Amino acid sequence: MEHLFNIFIKSIFIENMIFAFFLGMCSYLAVSKTVKTSMGLGIAVIFVLIITAPLNYLLNTYVLKEGALAWLDTAYAEIDLSYLSFIVFIATIAAMVQLVEMIVEKFSPSLYNALGIFLPLIAVNCAILGTSLFMQERNYSSIAEVIAFALGSGVGWWLAIVSLAAIREKMRYSDVPKPLKGLGITFILTGLMAIAFMSFMGIHL
Amino acid sequence: MENKESIFSPKIIKTFLGPLNQNNPISVQVLGICSALAVTVQLKPALVMALSVTIVTGFASLIISLLRNTIPSRIRIIVQLVVIATLVIIVDQLLKAYVYDVSKKLSVFVGLIITNCIIMGRLEAFALGNKPWPSFVDGIANGFGYGIILVIVGFVRELFGSGKIMGLSVIPQSFYQMGYENNGLMILPPMALIIIGIVIWIHRSWNKSLIEK
Repeated sequence: MEHLFNIFIKSIFIENMIFAFFLGMCSYLAVSKTVKTSMGLGIAVIFVLIITAPLNYLLNTYVLKEGALAWLDTAYAEIDLSYLSFIVFIATIAAMVQLVEMIVEKFSPSLYNALGIFLPLIAVNCAILGTSLFMQERNYSSIAEVIAFALGSGVGWWLAIVSLAAIREKMRYSDVPKPLKGLGITFILTGLMAIAFMSFMGIHL
Repeated sequence: MENKESIFSPKIIKTFLGPLNQNNPISVQVLGICSALAVTVQLKPALVMALSVTIVTGFASLIISLLRNTIPSRIRIIVQLVVIATLVIIVDQLLKAYVYDVSKKLSVFVGLIITNCIIMGRLEAFALGNKPWPSFVDGIANGFGYGIILVIVGFVRELFGSGKIMGLSVIPQSFYQMGYENNGLMILPPMALIIIGIVIWIHRSWNKSLIEK
């Protein structure tokens, strides 16, 4: 249990999706104008991550990895389909996002209204595909670890976008040099936040 | 012959030059930042990444533009993703075969070309409504526009961070003896963001029409 908790904390603070790997930057920069919308997007990302990452883990373990098809027949034990992983992962993510959108629309209209416009955006959010690819690269040994990792990555992403949005709301009243306004200052701000997050790197879990 | 004439028509040239400056995918359209930052610690991976993205964007635009009249609009996102993912798999296998060390360094970021917003953005904004040749030019040009920023950031970070360019030392030994030190901060991820912020700053003070309200 402690082991899972370590993975969770590590993926929020030390290996934060935005500050350490810059994943999901496009929507991070575009949607972080107000706290309310960024809250919606952040929660949608957590939601989709904890569905897609374990699913891709199962696909990777039982279909794609070298020797993964051995459970079907010993004749298949030598097949290595890992070169197909990009296309399988992205197809799973796109399909899941559509499915989640339809389910949420049907059963919880209020949640759908809150997440609605963000859900389709998420299919092309690099943080989602990135989590699946990191999951594959790091060889997590059980599905519980993958869930802890996905949840941590999602929470880290949510934390980053909400705090940036809060700072940007305040910054509307500051006097920023004209050519730096908007995008430029947001980049520098994110850079400074990333430097702050680097102080967590000293922690060994 | 008619087709030949239009290959370098003024409109095509405009399509090509726009993304390099006025309409740069990174500093103006804010697309494809994710991968732009992580691969720029050194110049070589940055160049390989820029080239891969250019090729994928160009050919994805070409293919989607050829198919644009047959794709039902409801499922176009999935069709686009499949086309892009196929191209990325080809690029990934080629990189693994010919430049294995760079491919190892880029790690998951080759796969992340699939979700690079430049490609999706150009497909949605341009390739779905234009003929194959302009779409191809648009894709390649946006790849170059992306590449320029990547190369600038990679150049600055490698030069100041480790005193090298393309892995060759360029800062003379005598500098180090006089007390010059490499700036370790440049190698850390946050500096990529700050350098892009500064690039945008310079770009916009030089090109006033881009300043945001």
